[in-house]
Amino acid sequence: MSPVPTAPATEDVTRPAEGAWRTVVRGVSLSPELRVGLPGTLVLALFATAGRAIVPVVIQQTLDHGITADGVNLDLVMRIVALAGLAVLLTALASGWMNYRLAAVVETALSNLRVRAFRHIHDLSMLHQAAQQRGSLVSRVTSDVDEISRFMQWGGLHLITATGQLTVATLVMFVYSWQLALVVLLTFVPFVAAARWFQRRLTRAYLTVRENVGRLLGAIAEAVVGAQVVRAYGVEARTQARLDEAIERHRSSAVRAGRLSSVFSGTGELFGALAAAGALGVGVWLGVGGEVTPGTVVAFLFLITLFVDPVLIAAEVINEGQNAVAGWRRVLDVLDIPPDVADPGDDGVDLPDGPIGVRFEHVSFRYPAPDETARNASGPLVLRDVDVTITPQSRVAVVGETGSGKTTFAKLLTRLMDPVEGRVLLAEVPIDRVRFASLRRRVVMVPQDGALFDGSIADNVRMGHPDITPEDLELAFIELGLADWVQELPDHLDTRAGERGSALSAGERQLVALARAYVANPDLLVLDEATSAVDPATEVRLQRALAGLTRGRTTVTIAHRLSTAEAADVVLVFDQGRLVQRGTHEQLVADGGVYGELHASWVRGTASEVARADRPGR
Amino acid sequence: MTVSVRPTPRDPSSRGLLRRGARVIGVALRNAKGPFTLGLSGSVLFAAATVASSLVLGWATDEVLYPLVEAGEIDAALLALALIAIVGVALFKAVGVVGRRLGAYFAQFRLQSLYRRKVTRRYLELPLSWHRRHPTGELLSNANADVESAFFVAAPLPMALGATLLVVITAVLLIVTDAFLAAIGFSVGPLLGFANWFYQRRMRHAATVAQQARADVAEVAHESFDGALVVKTMGRENEETARFRTTTEDLRDKMIVVGRLRAFFDPVIEALPNVGILLVLLVGAYRVRDGVLTPGDLVTFAYLFRLVALPIRVFGWLLGELPRAVVGWDRVQRVLTAEGRMEHGARAPQAEGAAAVTSQQVAFYHPSTAREDLSGPAAADEVLSEQHRRGVASVSFDVDPGRTVALVGATGSGKSTVAALLVRLFDPDTGEIRLDGLDLRELRRDELSRNAAIVFQEAFLFDDTVRGNITLGGEFPDEEVVAAATLARAHDFIMELPDGYDTMVGERGATLSGGQRQRIALARALVRQPRLLVLDDATSAVDPAVESEILRGLAEADLPSTVVLVAYRQSSIALADEVLFLRDGAVAARGTHEELLVDVPAYRDLVTAYEREARSGEGRGMT
Repeated sequence: MSPVPTAPATEDVTRPAEGAWRTVVRGVSLSPELRVGLPGTLVLALFATAGRAIVPVVIQQTLDHGITADGVNLDLVMRIVALAGLAVLLTALASGWMNYRLAAVVETALSNLRVRAFRHIHDLSMLHQAAQQRGSLVSRVTSDVDEISRFMQWGGLHLITATGQLTVATLVMFVYSWQLALVVLLTFVPFVAAARWFQRRLTRAYLTVRENVGRLLGAIAEAVVGAQVVRAYGVEARTQARLDEAIERHRSSAVRAGRLSSVFSGTGELFGALAAAGALGVGVWLGVGGEVTPGTVVAFLFLITLFVDPVLIAAEVINEGQNAVAGWRRVLDVLDIPPDVADPGDDGVDLPDGPIGVRFEHVSFRYPAPDETARNASGPLVLRDVDVTITPQSRVAVVGETGSGKTTFAKLLTRLMDPVEGRVLLAEVPIDRVRFASLRRRVVMVPQDGALFDGSIADNVRMGHPDITPEDLELAFIELGLADWVQELPDHLDTRAGERGSALSAGERQLVALARAYVANPDLLVLDEATSAVDPATEVRLQRALAGLTRGRTTVTIAHRLSTAEAADVVLVFDQGRLVQRGTHEQLVADGGVYGELHASWVRGTASEVARADRPGR
Repeated sequence: MTVSVRPTPRDPSSRGLLRRGARVIGVALRNAKGPFTLGLSGSVLFAAATVASSLVLGWATDEVLYPLVEAGEIDAALLALALIAIVGVALFKAVGVVGRRLGAYFAQFRLQSLYRRKVTRRYLELPLSWHRRHPTGELLSNANADVESAFFVAAPLPMALGATLLVVITAVLLIVTDAFLAAIGFSVGPLLGFANWFYQRRMRHAATVAQQARADVAEVAHESFDGALVVKTMGRENEETARFRTTTEDLRDKMIVVGRLRAFFDPVIEALPNVGILLVLLVGAYRVRDGVLTPGDLVTFAYLFRLVALPIRVFGWLLGELPRAVVGWDRVQRVLTAEGRMEHGARAPQAEGAAAVTSQQVAFYHPSTAREDLSGPAAADEVLSEQHRRGVASVSFDVDPGRTVALVGATGSGKSTVAALLVRLFDPDTGEIRLDGLDLRELRRDELSRNAAIVFQEAFLFDDTVRGNITLGGEFPDEEVVAAATLARAHDFIMELPDGYDTMVGERGATLSGGQRQRIALARALVRQPRLLVLDDATSAVDPAVESEILRGLAEADLPSTVVLVAYRQSSIALADEVLFLRDGAVAARGTHEELLVDVPAYRDLVTAYEREARSGEGRGMT
């Protein structure tokens, strides 16, 4: 494991590939389930292998001794056939049973690996910062793992039996003639070197393939999620061209890997022949010298096939396995990134009861560039040295232009990300020490894009308060003044929200997200332009309801509505990542500065009905 | 958040699997003739070289090894010849293997990419209502895993084809030698057939449900990662993990069933050829005793039979892949044959300048968004009673060229639906929408997008540069891009980005703020100088000050456009020449903002809520 966290986002194919063996060792150590029942499986493998090695030998013996030019030895043939038949049966049973066991072990281990990677990805802030392509992350818990499973179900098996067969064949070869056995083994020394050469290249080639699968999924997701824009702008051709490019990239990288692997198997055939030639040559030489009989050499030539076949199979399995190893490595790489917004869990503390105050101590933040993790982010600072205290139960309005750092402030406040420098304290507890169970119950943020899940509206709201009764749920909508809206929905609260809430309008999604925060009943509520798409009358109704909710709570509202700033106890003014002004609305208006300008433009905006009257000729 | 309970996918036809499998193979062969020719040639060369190599070894034993050892003297030239012959034949064998495998890889990946193209093309063609029924994750899985499964069958195909040849040749040789013994030997054929039939019957269903489970896993992963912000803000990591675990364990169980079926089938396939050989030896021994066969013939027979043992196994592999291939193929076909696409006419608007827009008694109800599996039969858009669907009942209005009209209504009143209908994201159920007097359905493909542009509230950006997101590949000179961005008040912040217009914005524009995304999306529409511009609350995330700058800029720019805008803020509405007040799925009132303020109390209540709230002095709340 590399000491520096490897960024999975670095889709860099030029970096030296970690040895496949290392990956497998790492993988197995992370999935101890793979070792479950391994002794039993190995015993079965031994039987299966022995059977596989015995049957050809038995047949050979029958042909050599049972059937001679003089006639047949029926007794011997009967006995041998019965014996071989038994061996065939036992082999089949043993390998069947072994497969049966392996299927369960492998699938269980991989299923747990998937879940682990999934959970881990959720603990990485890059997921919602989306510095990295989500398609690529999805591929790590889907197709990358599929690839491991596919490999283990056939490859692992063949590898085990091939190894066994190889051992048996080698032993028998040495029994026949140690000199010739050495010749065969020596011939395969350069083959092993060649195999390593190919394997290194294949590792890299298949890693590229896996990465291209990730890119492909990203491209498809973009075309599907952005279907509306694609339709509306008639850019199907361009979108298809982008898709085609991703598809073609994947194809050509896969073909490249295939080419390597094909050439390699050709090499294997050649080495098989070289071994036979070597055995014949040395056999003749030894035979002339009286060391071996020609019969031994003939038997040996037959044994060589028993030796070469498993070598080729093993080499093939190892090569094809590179695809799986690449997938495995991508999963492990993601697991290697230290979780940056992880739950401190049992080591953490709960927030003390009562209202929550907030303190930012010299907090700075920068976003990671597309191929960086939060730890090594190098983007420009979007928040610089913010130092502020918010007293419990106060109502704070955060204002500033787009891109001034307001949303970043909100995200740090709710620990969607951790600061690059400085620290954030809630109720005097460093926020990264607070257990998530406590943090997410007491602190709720409503993002501007009230993202929903594909479930009913009730399901979505219930996320804020899992134990809420249906009656209370309905009551919440009534209290928020949304009863009429619910009434007009086709299935009322059971109406499906659709994927990402697509069955609802943007404003309606915000209503649901607000209702969710409302039932959650937090002590610190952070609203990030949470009602920007809602009609004014509804918004005012919501405001009244929320005013009840916010009483006795700390609220931080990112707003661009004048009334919000006016009503706040404190206004924080952000400009280019810095906190430039703070105070009450009246103080700040008197001070002028950035707030003065914002205020002036708000006033202009509200007064524009007047301006309209000036527009002539319409 | 609940895992939707779906009926077990029906198995349209458990029969005819071999026939359907044959069809998949036929499709594969047709679409990758070149690679398969290469693969087959390699296969044949390999088979020939295999036979040749056993002949060469036999010759080397009889003519080189024994004579030389008996002579007690090495004939270097003869020995060298033997060694060269062995290696030479192996060279052909190697070339054969390489050819066969290259052919298989080329074919497999060509087919995959071909069908990925076809499937994604359909994604782009199928109506949005179809998209709503199919979660992104499932479509991802379809284009990836299903296509892959369908053409895994291409891998053993060249080998199997080569094997067929080998089996036919050896079968002829065997029958000539001893027809009765040949019949005994090949009796494993029907046995193999029976085992396969049994296997396929079970496997078909197991593979279908496993493939659906695979799609479900992809779907949950995609949805959960896509909604990561909500997961984090609501502290739902544990619940999400539990949800993912449920689907993953479902896949696990189904894959175990698949694996166990193969665990049963594979050893049978492997054992049967051996059983054949043993039968041949046993019966052959009696035939030799009875004098029907010479011992030499039996030995040859046994060797030949061993030669076909491997090809028979290859068939086993091919047959083993078939169920998965057919399942994958069926799921791919369900997308390729899905009903519905937008039909286009052949006309184009002739007028220049801003467009005239008419909506005549338009009714549109969103079709059901119930989920649909790719494993089950395709569901037609369900016909639900109108009260169970959302949409608009009867919308009529017309907008003269060059006018700016505001669509105003409560949240959920159908404004966005009307906006979407104006650019034909959907077709009305009844009534029609006309652009310059032409029904939108009569317009040539691409003609509407050339004339009209919509800006959605949720700005969707592609993983591309800022410039690429504005032009979307269209040929626009830099000045026009800059002019559009300036008008959208995006130019200044774009210039502050690391690479200006060439800055990559990340997937979905993740590196930008909501307001910045909206302004780029607006520039995207403006650079096209659309004759009809539809703004669906397109500046909701922009600061009010900037928003009013934008809207005033638009008014002053004298665009050659008719503008329909969905808005709430009085300052925005006030910029419109006219207001359409939407209520109960119809246009309830129409007039200037001032007129409606006076005449329509509901309208007044809606748009002046802030001011009244401010006046009442109770508005001590939040945004």
